[in-house]
Amino acid sequence: MSKGQTPSQTVGPFFAYGLTPQQYGYPLAGITSSDLRTPEIAGELIRIEGRVFDGKGDVVGDAMIEIWQADPQGRYAHPADSRGGNVAFPNIAFRGFGRCGTGTDAENRFVFETLKPGAVDDDQAPHVNVIVFMRGLLSHLYTRIYFADEAANAGDPVLQSVPAERRDTLIAAADDSSGVVVYRFDIHMQGDKETVFFDV
Amino acid sequence: MTFTPRDWRAHPPVIAPGYKSTRLRGATKPLIPIRQSLSELTGPVFGHDCLGPLDNDLTKNGRKEGEPLGERILVAGKVVDEAGRPQPNMLVEIWQANAAGRYVHKTDRHDAPLDPNFFGGGRCVSDDEGFYRFYSVKPGAYPWGNHENAWRPNHIHFSLFGPSIATRLVTQMYFPGDPLLALDPIFLATPEPARDRLVCAFDLSLTEADFALGYRFDIVLRGTLATPMEDKR
Repeated sequence: MSKGQTPSQTVGPFFAYGLTPQQYGYPLAGITSSDLRTPEIAGELIRIEGRVFDGKGDVVGDAMIEIWQADPQGRYAHPADSRGGNVAFPNIAFRGFGRCGTGTDAENRFVFETLKPGAVDDDQAPHVNVIVFMRGLLSHLYTRIYFADEAANAGDPVLQSVPAERRDTLIAAADDSSGVVVYRFDIHMQGDKETVFFDV
Repeated sequence: MTFTPRDWRAHPPVIAPGYKSTRLRGATKPLIPIRQSLSELTGPVFGHDCLGPLDNDLTKNGRKEGEPLGERILVAGKVVDEAGRPQPNMLVEIWQANAAGRYVHKTDRHDAPLDPNFFGGGRCVSDDEGFYRFYSVKPGAYPWGNHENAWRPNHIHFSLFGPSIATRLVTQMYFPGDPLLALDPIFLATPEPARDRLVCAFDLSLTEADFALGYRFDIVLRGTLATPMEDKR
């Protein structure tokens, strides 16, 4: 018996007290945050930050960004990843999920403190999976963050499936001038620099 | 194993001109197909351990000096996949306006009263058979700026993950018989054959005598496909 998928609807402008309450100062404990770091860390600490732009080039101040990533050893904290959950591995507490609204930063950035992911398989370059929500977006969109300093990008099958002239929209450049390595990843909903979104 | 594709006969397009904000915020280029890898077959795992004691009772989790105003409701249903398989231990996050149609959100400027005893955010987790339930009050309708005299129908926002990031769903549940549904560009952006999936049903068997009206809202997440090519490996 086949049942039809429940349709998506927009997250709307007022998601913050339900989905990102702590970030926005509401009295509800959050299930997650934008800080993925754990007390024991084996890997490189990085910051991922960026802004969301609409079709006029205006910064979106009411978007919500979610990230899902592997740990520095390339493992997802999920039962389908049979390499995870082994207490003998480092980063066993690393959950790999974060959520950040763009409404609390003075420049409307999303900012994640995390660890640089490792490659999850032999084919793919290290990447972070991204889900984009906002008022005015009826169905969420998926994209990926790749790292400009990874040689493996050249052979990544997902990057290769993207028209060459659009690949740059998926690649975050590193800036280590502030002490911690910052990868900047802006999301353009429309226009010449429209970010590549995937039909996941 | 892979997840079935997003069914675009069910989900609204990212640009729906009647909903003005989509015009500058929806992507204009076609989505690029992606072969599901471990990155798409996994997702964050949240279970009962992330729940606070009052998270599933919005009539209690915002109380300061008494009970919130409004029509008390119980919303319950089953989370399944497209094959009807129950989805146990699934986090369901919810948020909504109060009975007067006002959100507690700091940027909601609607001139309707806040309720000092109502917060409007909460969560629950489906049980072993996929059933979830929470108590609340019926949210009110409220005006918005999309067009002249525009009003949102009564609704509750839902957020679910399901077993992977591919099954992620953020949606809104509406109430039966609401005359605003026929006028709402967000609801109407949904392909017509799938719209009724967003409307809960009044359910006398869920209704608790002398306490709360019961509404049933089942949620269908993307299902799985066996991929024979990979199984042979």
